[in-house]
Amino acid sequence: MASVITNKDIKRKTYVSTRNACKLCAPLGACIVFKGIEGCVPMVHGSQGCATYIRRYVISHYREPMDIASSNFSEQTTVYGGSRNFITSINNVIEQYHPKVMGIASTCLAETIGEDIPSLIRAYQDDNKEKEDLPLFIHASTPSYSGSHIDGFHHTVCAAIATLSVEGTQCEQINILPGFVSPADLRYLREIVDDFTVDTVIFPDYSKSLDNVFTHEYQLIPSGGTPVKDICRTGSAKATIEFGVVFDKGTVRVRNTSHMLTAGEWLQKNRYVRNYQMPMPIGIEGSDQFMKLLSQLSGHPIPQKYEEERGRLVDAYVDAHKYVFGKRAMIFGEEDLVISLLHFCKEIGIEPILIGSGGASGSLRTEAFKIFPELEGTLKVLDNSDFETMREEAEIIHPDLLIGNSKGYYISRSLKIPLVRVGFPIHDRFGGTRLHHIGYRGTQELFDRIVNALIEYKQEDSPIGYKYI
Amino acid sequence: MGYILKERQNQVSVAGERAETIDCNKASLAGSVSQRACVFCGSRVVLYPIADALHLVHGPIGCAAYTWDIRGSLSSGPQLHRLSFSTDLQERDVIFGGEKKLTESLNELIDLHHPKAVFVYTTCIVGVIGDDVEKICQLMEQEKGIPVIPVQAPGFQGTKKDGYRIACEALFKLVGRVNKPTPPHSINILGDFNLAGELWILVEYYKRIGVNVNCSLTGDGRVEDIGNAHNAALNVVQCSGSMSRLGVMMEEKYGIPCKRVSYFGIEDMSEALYEVARFFKDDEMMEKARILVRDEFERLLPELEWYKERLRGKKAAIYVGGAFKAISLVKALRLIGVQSVIVGSQTGTKEDYDLIRNLCDEGTIIVDDSNPVELSHFVKEKGANIFIGGVKERPIAYKIGLGFCDHNHERKKALAGYEGMLNFAKEIYATAMSPVWQFTKK
Repeated sequence: MASVITNKDIKRKTYVSTRNACKLCAPLGACIVFKGIEGCVPMVHGSQGCATYIRRYVISHYREPMDIASSNFSEQTTVYGGSRNFITSINNVIEQYHPKVMGIASTCLAETIGEDIPSLIRAYQDDNKEKEDLPLFIHASTPSYSGSHIDGFHHTVCAAIATLSVEGTQCEQINILPGFVSPADLRYLREIVDDFTVDTVIFPDYSKSLDNVFTHEYQLIPSGGTPVKDICRTGSAKATIEFGVVFDKGTVRVRNTSHMLTAGEWLQKNRYVRNYQMPMPIGIEGSDQFMKLLSQLSGHPIPQKYEEERGRLVDAYVDAHKYVFGKRAMIFGEEDLVISLLHFCKEIGIEPILIGSGGASGSLRTEAFKIFPELEGTLKVLDNSDFETMREEAEIIHPDLLIGNSKGYYISRSLKIPLVRVGFPIHDRFGGTRLHHIGYRGTQELFDRIVNALIEYKQEDSPIGYKYI
Repeated sequence: MGYILKERQNQVSVAGERAETIDCNKASLAGSVSQRACVFCGSRVVLYPIADALHLVHGPIGCAAYTWDIRGSLSSGPQLHRLSFSTDLQERDVIFGGEKKLTESLNELIDLHHPKAVFVYTTCIVGVIGDDVEKICQLMEQEKGIPVIPVQAPGFQGTKKDGYRIACEALFKLVGRVNKPTPPHSINILGDFNLAGELWILVEYYKRIGVNVNCSLTGDGRVEDIGNAHNAALNVVQCSGSMSRLGVMMEEKYGIPCKRVSYFGIEDMSEALYEVARFFKDDEMMEKARILVRDEFERLLPELEWYKERLRGKKAAIYVGGAFKAISLVKALRLIGVQSVIVGSQTGTKEDYDLIRNLCDEGTIIVDDSNPVELSHFVKEKGANIFIGGVKERPIAYKIGLGFCDHNHERKKALAGYEGMLNFAKEIYATAMSPVWQFTKK
């Protein structure tokens, strides 16, 4: 069989090609962010396939409407420029959807032929001043040859804030930029800040638009999303809390050699809003840090409810510590997610032996060994990598479990070890939108799932099949 | 129907209202939110099931990532097609050219996997930056001694249908490279992709009537079998949109005639077997086909009758990739008492839509290259209960509260042939009769 590779074949070489990518293209990240803006329709400036592929991929995870317009480049467009298709596309979207906002993401094709989207937008606005329902435009430059979906995500958050935020007298409100978390995580964040009674803008907020109730109708623009007026007032906030440490700080573009600012950094530099960057709060320490920060910024004590959530989590750690201690894990996905999961593993005694990502910020290694300096000799860090490289490594070092998105399933199947599904995409299980990852509640859920995955494995694998565990 | 964009109004019609055929076979309207993908997608879905070939996507990462193990096309042997390979072009490659990366990628991947052939798909920007993919493939073919076939499929160079044509041309380059002894009553199956093992069901039927399947294009496909495809007596083409071009090319060069069939629904399935038996002018074969059909009908009809009694009066909306499949679905649904009130496809031709118009009841909406705005309005207007489509149509059905049947890549149960018809009836029943709909009523 041509496709089966044994250990013998692997000379631990690095490959030029990407084999089973552990990343997606930048416009996908942009479209998710656009779905987190109220009244927004995303449009991808490029070939028809880009929009359709992204729709299909995203629907398989969220199981929600995901309409994305395309300017549908033809050969002529590619040779003579896309302005005609751009205008037609916007006109048709306005006619069909009446959006309040149009989020425009570029593609590799548009960027390669040198489309100047900001000037196309300006020209459209100038020519249509009279139009009553002229939407706001947000443009994100997201060629897929630069960075991955998570970079597209962060660039678009920054683009939206740079476009809409207004400088003003500092108010009491705070901004939370949570990054690429689940709709359930977003709802939990809202619950937390409400309990702190602190006025908060969460952006992007696709907690509803990508995990909606049964609506009786096909909402062309799903309800939910951060309201535009809220994005506008991010500029006058007291502070920003931004989840993430890695972002794409190592990535440089040929034309723009300084690293791109994150949205929080941009607000600090241009709107003088103090930015607090912290890893996605997974684990007790991360969650504590987040709660303390909220308490400090709001001037309110941590509500009793969360003290109790924390207490139950500690109690669970104690009850189940033996099941997880010393287990060797392979963790993969977006770099910032991996880093946060490392913090969590450190707390419960799981030893990461392999971490992998398609991201190429260049700082995954440094950040990982800040958390686990003692593993410098044993923890394998594969950044700018792919699933096949991870699989080859995993076959040699044989971890006890995998933590990551569902695309790693084939590795767990071939190694016959459990996979605990987190993040995006989860295409082979139901309810990925309702998984919690962050805070005490997210950590609790994740901890339970890891413990149960290990118990189940042990039970299934035993000749006895224990009734008590 | 004021919600239909002006430029699209000729792509929609109502059966019985207008005599002229709807407009089709054209590029999607910008901003219409078409359900179609692109040229690359068309070529990729057709070639994807060839299991012992290496499929390398030359371009930035998206195109390869979104087509990784996407189709559920089963293989009885090698699984190489289920891996996703990309040159993952970066900004510097776009500026300085991706040729070196392509050469190196081909080199390492061929040495690692020893495929029987390689397909190199070029994507949008490769079409623009001008890498000489043909030349690299040629050199690599000489060096490695296996076919290395460029599939020039930049997404913007046409529609998904052009991708089908490009895939057929790529396949045609493989045909004729092998000569194996081939039994007299041999056919090639074109246009079945072995979703949920459907091909194996068909091969079994053909075997029962004494027909040998020489080569399958491309479900459970093998490079060597495709090389020997020219030694069959007949090409039997399903899913006319994707593979008819190859049929035509093989007829021109090798004189192999073509028959267009469908395997969905018991009428079309039976007609396919009769068609092949008629072609071979073999009385024994015809007799065997009759017996097979009779046996299957005897077994199946009482069961289908049970579903028909319960499903009678339900209304279905069909929106699928190829119109030929839509036609079969209309018939299959009728057999179980379900009326089709909306029939549409991404890539239908004038002939297809004419057939649909004649087949459907008056008032049926017929649509080409539709979108969520139209489809969501149509199903409400026509009071459909069930939607048959692919993943992208699923939220349209579910958010409105309609049953849904995936007749595309994500189906896990065979829907072709006689047992496929029964599975189809079961699935329609399961989705239409679920008690959950009591909660979706206002």
